Amino acid sequence: MTAPDDDARPIAVVGASAAGLAAAEALRRFGWAGPLILIGDEPHLPYDRPPLSKQLLHGAWEPDRLLLRTKDQLEPLGLDLRLGTRATGLDAATRTLTLDGGERLDCAGVIIATGVAARTLPGADRIAGIHTLRTLDDALALRGELTGTTGSTGTTGTTGSTDVTGQVGTSGTDRRLVIVGNGVLGCEAAAVARELGHTVTLVGRTAIPMAEAVGTEIGELLAEEHRARGVELRTGEADGFETTGEGATEGEGTGGANPVRVTAVRLTDGTRLPADLVLLAIGSEPAVQWLADPALDTTDGLRCDAYCAAAPGVYAAGDVARWDHPAHDRPLRFEHRMNATEQGMAAARNLLAELAEASELSEPSQSVGAGTDHPAQERRPFAPVPYFWSDQYAIKIQAYGVTGGADRVETTVLHRDERRAVALYGRDGTATGVLAAGLPPRQVRALRAVIATPLPWEEARDRLRAATAGA
Amino acid sequence: MKITLDADKCCAAGQCVLIAPEVFDQRDEDGIVVLLDDAPPAEQHEAVREAAAICPAAVIEIHA
Ligand SMILES: Cc1cc2nc3c(=O)[nH]c(=O)nc-3n(C[C@H](O)[C@H](O)[C@H](O)COP(=O)(O)OP(=O)(O)OC[C@H]3O[C@@H](n4cnc5c(N)ncnc54)[C@H](O)[C@@H]3O)c2cc1C
Repeated sequence: MTAPDDDARPIAVVGASAAGLAAAEALRRFGWAGPLILIGDEPHLPYDRPPLSKQLLHGAWEPDRLLLRTKDQLEPLGLDLRLGTRATGLDAATRTLTLDGGERLDCAGVIIATGVAARTLPGADRIAGIHTLRTLDDALALRGELTGTTGSTGTTGTTGSTDVTGQVGTSGTDRRLVIVGNGVLGCEAAAVARELGHTVTLVGRTAIPMAEAVGTEIGELLAEEHRARGVELRTGEADGFETTGEGATEGEGTGGANPVRVTAVRLTDGTRLPADLVLLAIGSEPAVQWLADPALDTTDGLRCDAYCAAAPGVYAAGDVARWDHPAHDRPLRFEHRMNATEQGMAAARNLLAELAEASELSEPSQSVGAGTDHPAQERRPFAPVPYFWSDQYAIKIQAYGVTGGADRVETTVLHRDERRAVALYGRDGTATGVLAAGLPPRQVRALRAVIATPLPWEEARDRLRAATAGA
Repeated sequence: MKITLDADKCCAAGQCVLIAPEVFDQRDEDGIVVLLDDAPPAEQHEAVREAAAICPAAVIEIHA
């Protein structure tokens, strides 16, 4: 078909990572033949984040292993790929995006996949030795200090490799790493740093690591492993840092060419934890600051309906999206790798279905979607079975469904020393999530059925018991 | 259609097996992906494409 004039307008995907890439690929797979713009503020081709706190930090993988697609694989998508480009505004009613260079894009549809950014503490960015861990550049900088190898990023599109000028630590020496935050990121980084032989203190507001996400009993099992591997676990809240050249800073580091360097973390109870290096793993903030249009609700992520739509023609996917999961009674937002891909695909499908419907209304003779080669599909609510994993030492944790926000958790420790356990999570009498630690993944896959559709707590519990009997 | 795997990158999520069980499986011990059919018949192609797209570690490559 020849596209009507209107369809010369592009679809723009903002955020060139897991969710944005999945959306762009799905738009093509589902038939969008019009212009397609993928906008990402990082200089790198889309890369994968989970290995940042695992194989990459460890030094087992170099950045090129993290590429989600090679340039050759991206080629057939016919993308207008804008790397190193930031979207600075969106007018939802007209679907007009503004880019940091001032360019305005009048779009047929927009998919927002801008993810989240690492939370930090005031002044921390001006003190050398204090890190966050969200991007490839973050991970290489931290790795550089842990191992003395910075490597080159190697994922840059056309502009060649970027030099990473993170301060290089003394190679091979034991460094004192204080990790602030004992959630999944802090735990994974602690495991890698211990494997590299560093002295690691893991500080959390709650005594038990990952308790919020997985409950206290699974958390305690992980705590035992971290202690056995030599991590010092501490309860406390960071209050400030001590640095070279001066006493305590209240977040007013000197900055400039010769930044001060961290020497200790101070906790609110007065404890002083000496540190050569600090990792702040204190959670994240959805990247929604650029979305100032009052038509959009950006309280804790971009609020979407069950179809992942935030406004007509404007969809969201991945870590940034909070949407009405049809099987749960509250809007949910996941920071899980699998959700990024699945939701990117769902947002793409639903956007195309909406555009097709709109073009049918305006041109009833057309039975195919706007700018697509495929018959229009119906919009479908996005109702995935969430999946999450984490690797710490040799332990793999895998979870299906929703484990956070549970009012009921039943944990069965199958083998304490081998850190093997399963847990069931529920809310309001319904089972919502299931988790396994240290079980063979193939067996864990069978547990998905226990919570794939909401089951009464007792029924799910019996099914879980049957499925793990003898494990 | 020809499929190749970069199994070193596999994170054992098992989504490919859920989507295309005739084409993919997981090793018993560590859950790493196993290719059952590297040139699946046409009726499997859609599922294989979906599995490749959904893989959270970009392990599955499809050659036309
Ligand atoms: C170290 C680490 C380890 C992880 N490990 C696991 C794990 O083991 N298992 C698991 O399930 N999940 C894990 N995750 C989570 C997983 O990586 C995320 O869920 C996933 O990356 C989300 O993808 P996304 O595309 O939604 O967002 P992101 O990956 O955050 O990508 C968003 C992109 O948009 C860009 N952007 C932001 N604002 C703008 C703008 N205004 N204009 C243009 N571009 C913009 C960002 O720079 C970024 O490149 C991990 C995450 C990290 C950081």
